Amino acid sequence: MNSISRRKFLKITGTSAGALAAARALPSLPFANDALAALHEEQGEVTTIPTYCDICFWKCGAIAHVKNGKLWKVEGNPLDPLSRGRLCPRGTGGVGAHYDPDRLRSPLIRRSVRGDEEWTAVTWDEALDHIAEKMLKIKEQYGPEAVALFSHGIGGNFLKHTFKAFGSPNISAPSFAQCRGPRDVGFRLTFGEDVSSPERTDIRNAKCLTLIGSHLGENMHNTQVQEFADAIEAGASIIVVDPRYSIAASKAKYYLPIKPGTDLALLLAWMNVIVSEKLYDADYIAQYGFSFEEFSQSIAQNTPEWAYPETGIKPELIRETAREIARYRPASLIHPGRHVTWYGDDAQRSRAIALLSALLGNWGRKGGFYYPVSMDLPGYPYPPYPKSEKGKVDNPNQKYPFAHETITTGIREATISGEPYPIKGWWVYATNLFHALPNEQDTIRAIQNLDLMVVVDVIPSEIAGWADVVLPEATYLERHDDLNVEWFRDPFISIRQPVVKAPDDQKPNWWIAREMANRLGLESYYPWEDIEEYMQFRLEKGGYSFDSLKEKGIILGERQPNYFDEGVPAEFPTPSGKIEFYSLQLTEHGHDPVPVYKKPDDPPPGYFRLLYGRAPVHSFSRTQSNRVLMDMMNENEIWINADIAARWELKSGDRIRLKNEDGVLSNLIKVKATERIRPDCVYMVHGFGHTSKGLRFARGRGASDSQLITRYKVDPLMGGTAMNLTFVTFEREA
Amino acid sequence: MSRYAMVIDTKKCVGCMDCVVACKTENNVPEGYNRDWIVQDVMGKFPDLHMEIRSERCNHCDEPPCVHCCPTGASHVHERGGVVLVEHNKCIGCKACLASCPYDARFIHPDGYADKCTFCIHRVEVGLLPACVSVCPTHCMYFGNLDDPASDVNKLLNSRSHHAVLPEAGTKPHIFYLT
Amino acid sequence: MTTHEITTTRMNPMIDPGMHIWGWEIPVYLFLGGLVAGFMVISGYFLFSGRFQESRHVTCFRAPLTGLILISLGMFALFLDLEHKLYAWRLYTTIKIASPMSWGAWILVLVYPAMAIMALIHLPDQKHLPIRVEFLHKLSQSLRSHEGLAKTIGAINMLGGAILGMYTGVLLSSLGARPLWSSSSLWLLFLVSGMSATAAFIHMVAPTKAERELLAKADNGFLSLELFVLALYLIGLATTSDVHADAVRLLISGTYAPVFWIFVIGVGIVIPLGIQILAVNHKVKHTSIPPLMVIAGGLILRFVIVMAGQHSHWSNAHGL
Ligand SMILES: Nc1nc2c(c(=O)[nH]1)N[C@H]1C(S)=C(S)[C@@H](COP(=O)(O)OP(=O)(O)OC[C@H]3O[C@@H](n4cnc5c(=O)[nH]c(N)nc54)[C@H](O)[C@@H]3O)O[C@H]1N2
Ligand SMILES: Nc1nc2c(c(=O)[nH]1)N[C@H]1C(S)=C(S)[C@@H](COP(=O)(O)OP(=O)(O)OC[C@H]3O[C@@H](n4cnc5c(=O)[nH]c(N)nc54)[C@H](O)[C@@H]3O)O[C@H]1N2
Ligand code: SF4
Ligand code: SF4
Ligand code: SF4
Ligand code: SF4
Ligand code: SF4
Ligand SMILES: [Mo]
Repeated sequence: MNSISRRKFLKITGTSAGALAAARALPSLPFANDALAALHEEQGEVTTIPTYCDICFWKCGAIAHVKNGKLWKVEGNPLDPLSRGRLCPRGTGGVGAHYDPDRLRSPLIRRSVRGDEEWTAVTWDEALDHIAEKMLKIKEQYGPEAVALFSHGIGGNFLKHTFKAFGSPNISAPSFAQCRGPRDVGFRLTFGEDVSSPERTDIRNAKCLTLIGSHLGENMHNTQVQEFADAIEAGASIIVVDPRYSIAASKAKYYLPIKPGTDLALLLAWMNVIVSEKLYDADYIAQYGFSFEEFSQSIAQNTPEWAYPETGIKPELIRETAREIARYRPASLIHPGRHVTWYGDDAQRSRAIALLSALLGNWGRKGGFYYPVSMDLPGYPYPPYPKSEKGKVDNPNQKYPFAHETITTGIREATISGEPYPIKGWWVYATNLFHALPNEQDTIRAIQNLDLMVVVDVIPSEIAGWADVVLPEATYLERHDDLNVEWFRDPFISIRQPVVKAPDDQKPNWWIAREMANRLGLESYYPWEDIEEYMQFRLEKGGYSFDSLKEKGIILGERQPNYFDEGVPAEFPTPSGKIEFYSLQLTEHGHDPVPVYKKPDDPPPGYFRLLYGRAPVHSFSRTQSNRVLMDMMNENEIWINADIAARWELKSGDRIRLKNEDGVLSNLIKVKATERIRPDCVYMVHGFGHTSKGLRFARGRGASDSQLITRYKVDPLMGGTAMNLTFVTFEREA
Repeated sequence: MSRYAMVIDTKKCVGCMDCVVACKTENNVPEGYNRDWIVQDVMGKFPDLHMEIRSERCNHCDEPPCVHCCPTGASHVHERGGVVLVEHNKCIGCKACLASCPYDARFIHPDGYADKCTFCIHRVEVGLLPACVSVCPTHCMYFGNLDDPASDVNKLLNSRSHHAVLPEAGTKPHIFYLT
Repeated sequence: MTTHEITTTRMNPMIDPGMHIWGWEIPVYLFLGGLVAGFMVISGYFLFSGRFQESRHVTCFRAPLTGLILISLGMFALFLDLEHKLYAWRLYTTIKIASPMSWGAWILVLVYPAMAIMALIHLPDQKHLPIRVEFLHKLSQSLRSHEGLAKTIGAINMLGGAILGMYTGVLLSSLGARPLWSSSSLWLLFLVSGMSATAAFIHMVAPTKAERELLAKADNGFLSLELFVLALYLIGLATTSDVHADAVRLLISGTYAPVFWIFVIGVGIVIPLGIQILAVNHKVKHTSIPPLMVIAGGLILRFVIVMAGQHSHWSNAHGL
């Protein structure tokens, strides 16, 4: 071992006793230490900075390691209750977002027709002045509401603020109508509250966990997966309902290979068994339930024998699992799912999950749904926002009576039709609408009606390709974002702060939002110059130390009660003030007060239902340019039941195209012939099949489910777009 | 003496590849190469299936053919923990060790030398766990000393059923999978 | 019916989906090593048996010289295969007893002087050399005058050649992770195949009919032996374990079967053996065709064994 490497070694090990002991022990070992010395030499000067992750919306606390001034790795922050010191694979691979060679580097202005991806690089001043001019013109002609904002994730907070100040209420994210909206509506109608995000599911304390399509382990929402493993370790009974033998299914005591689209029948049958065998929590229902009798009557016909031909699940198995679910109540959790926009009956199916949960008495109980808490942190005192006279554009006449958030596809529809009023400008922040919304032709049609289309992104995504102006954002590792004041099991505040510099002329969203406001005459809404000033103000007003937050990344609050028996008041903000087994709100709007099952369509001969989901190493369509994560999985595959594949003379590794009923052809996609899926459906991971020219690496790898989803149903309760309705057939390359 | 080993609980592992990503960033494993990887082993006929998921890497074998066959001594068993390492500037890149490993755990680094899992000995030496172990979100990986009867790895091996991969290859692997 | 579906996420270059760490260089190296081993044994035998006095035998002088050239080519091929070439000198900073690769490196170093001395002994027989180096001739004369010494040198070459020939097989068979190679008869196969290729080579270039005749006979013997050893090798593996039987199937009915049957067995052994049997019985004339076939067959044998061996595996999640 030479002296240089030894000195470096000592430097990285610092002064901790163990480290010194190890260092001292080294020279006594003969020969073999050269390999080690080399390993240590690679270490160099390391600094660590806490922040929180943004590869998905879970916002795990992280600690970034910077070696010799370059980003090295990101680890979990042990103080953080969400990550418990461990990130998910996407978070660990987050470094790839910073190093992505295909990143946007400077603001771009379109110089050809929309969608051609021909750009002129401009300065920020040119870009922002151009946008401001157009926005003011639209405001003058159509009112401020005519500019809509699509924004997904916490990064959009300041842009939303600028928009509200501008006077537009049309702010929306796909997390409602393309994701968890139906679930939150189903639970609201029943318990008066949302499940929200992070989900208030007490997985780690559940003795029985039922997953209806929630593919934990592939769906990598960190805390959920960690608690799933805790539950497995604790020996929880796991029931998985999925047409595909998911990772979670491989952990299950009972795997129910349900026919796609028939989950409501299964849920009704389970409830039928639990009610008819009186396995429910009678005291809980007597105390908190509303109209239980009417409910019982309406499900009296939904026996396991009735459900069998629908679901393909044998009556004995339905009974056995119903009893298993009831056996562990109230610590029996029926996971409400998250992306639930599947078949058009989604809010009602989610309501059935809520009702089953109510039967088990698990709401507000350990092992069921806990009550999340949060820190008390004052907001920044801004002037009041102007009131919009026209109201929101997405849901005219409350067509979808229970939509409590803005419907993305509603804004898109209004942009196409000009009704109830015209939309002339779109800002799109951190959402790739071409992958997030069904039927991309509609998205294109809407964009063609715009006078201004701005996209803020980090990479040249498909949506950016259709913009008039593209604004390159610094990645989450290079910027501040708003403070995360989380609603969770434990209360805490976390900070996102720059770990490394943005490599080129990329700017953080708060800067963009503030610069825009200044150009739109909204200076009074940004009394602060710098985001640190904003954070410091809020934290000091709340009585917390900004310095400590910067240093530790997390401020933890006192543990507070999470369950009824810990003192959380059992209040249900429904019209009846109780858990609504029978919903008069629904009757009032002409909907079924208790969910009623409707048969899904069967695929035509030679066609298969297209299902989709998550891979643990990717987030939607945002990580296929991240070289670290692409190294883990660089294309998606089409899962085809092995027998079906054999019948079609397809084998694993073959490349085929999928064709939907409207004749839309996918990119080439690799076949995975597998036992792990039913014969009537096929499956792919969402997010692949990029077409954008700028995504040099991601482009053409795998196929896009979104591209094939031309037909969809809209949930009549809340406007969610059901996307598991696509049927595809296989096309071999000639 | 210490003999390091890993015990991995296949009941908890979800095959998320976090261990693979963490190894990449921790050890600067070049694009296109993996020191660890995930194997999914599915048996049966739909829907009656069984799947074992394994996070695999060099087994740091007790009888390492890769060390025996190395003509220069670049591949060697390190005194600490019996970890099998490669000394880069002794390696001639003859690839005999690649061919000799029944697990195909090695590869040629783009810089020319044979490379593979080091059990993150640089971390272990300073009291940290290997990167893959410390990142695993399901806490299904355990690292410790086989010669210490009180270690986690021994406790688990004594209390749970387990198997190694290809014990019939005779290399006495040091990674055990709980079933 | 149940199925067994194994998938892996590993995708390392040269390893996945099938191992391909060695291209043409190693088979060429192994073949040349075998050929040179044959030269050493045959030339050594001529020296040892005192036949060198009959002089003018190609075997005696040119074979060792050609051997020197061929072994250098072989070593160059090996060098080309190294991925960390700048460190090749590391081979000679240590001797690793357990590593055939290591002792192979040292054997190669010993092969040079052994063959050089053998060539030197025959230097005076060479009438047409363009230059005469006086002191070499003196050295040669003095070596020749000690018959015992010359015999010893012959014996050393025979021994060295045998070890070199075996080593080319042991090199592979020591890599037990490849079932196709883990056979205790691989060294014998490569040794015999090397001998037959050498015999064929000398047969082809020998100036006198007598020498041609002699070597064709020898070659026929080696080829027959090779057939026998091949059978031994295949049957031995096939009866070791399922894994090994799978490996053998690569040769006899799998991906490599056509090349194996047509080129290794047919073109490389059976056909030339047939022709040469006729030739030594004076039914047909001696031509260069059968020896060329034998040499080609020997080379292809190395290719097939090296390539198929890499693809043989204990368990392969890629399902090859
Ligand atoms: N067909 C189909 N459609 C779906 C789904 C599906 O599974 N299949 N899933 C649905 C669900 S559950 C959801 S939540 C939505 C998700 O929908 P989106 O949130 O739209 O997700 P992505 O497709 O990843 O698009 C994210 C965009 O943000 C960009 N981006 C990433 N990081 C940053 C950043 O730091 N700053 C900025 N400015 N931009 C950034 C990415 O480059 C990408 O263009 O999609 C829904 N739609
Ligand atoms: N790695 C990773 N993790 C993520 C994300 C990510 O992008 N990447 N995104 C996060 C977000 S925002 C969301 S919303 C979640 C989404 O994740 P989840 O809410 O868990 O799941 P979905 O995407 O709705 O459903 C996919 C699963 O449902 C099954 N499925 C399909 N049709 C049916 C059916 O008719 N019945 C039943 N019972 N099952 C069916 C599919 O086979 C698949 O296993 O994932 C989150 N976690
Ligand atoms: S779940 Fe994973 S990707 Fe999402 S915030 Fe946490 S670490 Fe990041
Ligand atoms: S990180 Fe853990 S859970 Fe994920 S694949 Fe690796 S061992 Fe399995
Ligand atoms: S697993 Fe392979 S590389 Fe690792 S010690 Fe064993 S034989 Fe060597
Ligand atoms: S490749 Fe390197 S480590 Fe492997 S056997 Fe050859 S010299 Fe040794
Ligand atoms: S122990 Fe270290 S080197 Fe080995 S696989 Fe794990 S992270 Fe990689
Ligand atoms: Mo979502």
